[in-house]
Amino acid sequence: MSGTETVLSAKGLVMRFGGITATDNVSLDLKRGARHALIGPNGAGKTTLINLLTGVLTPTAGRIELLGQDITTLAPHQRVARGLVRTFQINQLFDSMTPLQTLALVVSQQRGLGAQWWRPLGASKAVVDRASELLEQFHLADVAEQPVKHLAYGKRRLLEIAIALACEPRVLLLDEPVAGVPAGEREELLQTVAALPADVSVLLIEHDMDLVFSFADRMTVLVNGALLTEGDPETIANDPKVKEVYLGHGAAHG
Amino acid sequence: MWIVAFALPALVPSHALLVNEIVIVALFAMSLDLILGYTGIVSLGHAAFFGFGAYAAALFAKLVMPDPTVGLVVATVLTGALGAVASITILRGTDLTRLMVTLGTALLLLELANKLDWLTGGADGLQGVVMAPVLGQFEFDLFGKTAAWYSLAVTLILFFLMRRLVHSPFGATLKAIRDNRLRAMAIGIPVASRLVTIYTVAAAVAGAAGALLAQTTGFASLDVLAFDRSADVMLLLVIGGVGWLYGGIAGAIVFKLLQTWLSSVTPQYWMFWIGLLLVLLVLVGRDRLFKPRTWLRKT
Repeated sequence: MSGTETVLSAKGLVMRFGGITATDNVSLDLKRGARHALIGPNGAGKTTLINLLTGVLTPTAGRIELLGQDITTLAPHQRVARGLVRTFQINQLFDSMTPLQTLALVVSQQRGLGAQWWRPLGASKAVVDRASELLEQFHLADVAEQPVKHLAYGKRRLLEIAIALACEPRVLLLDEPVAGVPAGEREELLQTVAALPADVSVLLIEHDMDLVFSFADRMTVLVNGALLTEGDPETIANDPKVKEVYLGHGAAHG
Repeated sequence: MWIVAFALPALVPSHALLVNEIVIVALFAMSLDLILGYTGIVSLGHAAFFGFGAYAAALFAKLVMPDPTVGLVVATVLTGALGAVASITILRGTDLTRLMVTLGTALLLLELANKLDWLTGGADGLQGVVMAPVLGQFEFDLFGKTAAWYSLAVTLILFFLMRRLVHSPFGATLKAIRDNRLRAMAIGIPVASRLVTIYTVAAAVAGAAGALLAQTTGFASLDVLAFDRSADVMLLLVIGGVGWLYGGIAGAIVFKLLQTWLSSVTPQYWMFWIGLLLVLLVLVGRDRLFKPRTWLRKT
């Protein structure tokens, strides 16, 4: 359950592309250990908001704080080093490596060994141990030595999330984690999402309302780049404004 | 393999110069592999660094001091510095824009070397480079035995260093950038700084290769900067295979031997055969090229 300490805080974010306002004065607070869902119809500005939070875009106005520090102008990799990590809706993997190599690399980078050039990757036992632990946790141990490009889609999806977790996030942005996963491999993925460390704050962007309502303890609804409403799942499910936007989806699951 | 290489100049002294040439080209190819094979940065102007290293070493020997080891280090460091500056041009953009700017950089240097003829000798080349003995002990001889051993020793050391580098966490971050730059950034890799570093290293190694050529031949001319050289090295890397350092070595051996053999058999048409080999290589695939049974099977 969520604590009281605010880990990630976005205040009055505005993003304009020319005459188009993609993000319109959005504010968002994530408490420690939050399970927060961000929903909204296509074109609501969810992707832009993620890009602002992760540093791909710099907001036209507004401010982003991570653990009380202003990170509004930091580069993406600097935010990762401070614990703000994302996964991708479309898998972004290192196809020429194996899952073991991938995770050893990510753990090395996370522990500040990424510039080390004299010792082989995997020379540090601590790094390999952590990588193996993640492989177990994400049901990847049996394919640890296979090239990533040959993995089944469900395994690739698991690796996608394992990479993010290997970055030791304080805040994890999960972008549609079950998108495109076939039914047979879905359960494995849902389990790992449910088993994410309790002290990591998670912002879930998802269209799958089953997952959203089973996972989230707080929800934000975005429409046309602006905040429509925010509240606990029950309030959101019964909100007539949300029902209007989500006619069909929201009504069916409310 | 390295032992055989070191034995060659003694076993076939008449071909010591060819061995020297192959070794230098192999080193040059490996330096390109660092950026092309391991980091995914294409370059059609890598000869810029090779040539700069060659001229730097030749001028250093002529104007400052003739000691080859010092000259090699100076040329390598200077070329590395040039690489660091030039790396700014490859940080952004696509493969196509990189091909253009790297090509442009090389052409720029070529034209500079041509115009500054008071310094470089222009189109006549920089002549009269006399080297002192290696480490004060080994005189460069006419047959190129010392030259071959000197180049082999330098290449072996640099090969060892590069192999450490590509298998390290640093090397893994380069491959991550090659495989998926977006994700590399999203796991906290400072992509721009990695690119600057590896481009600098690759330039320095290419500079060392160029310096070896100038020192062992006692000569530097405009062709060290020429477009052909950039294209050839990419070609032989494709022949040998990108993304593993031995690919550069294998490519250099195959390419140089073919070039030597074909140009003595059919002086005018050797490029045709190289071209044919390349087409076959791409159509059939390197793995299958040497297993004729598999040629007709579908992949």
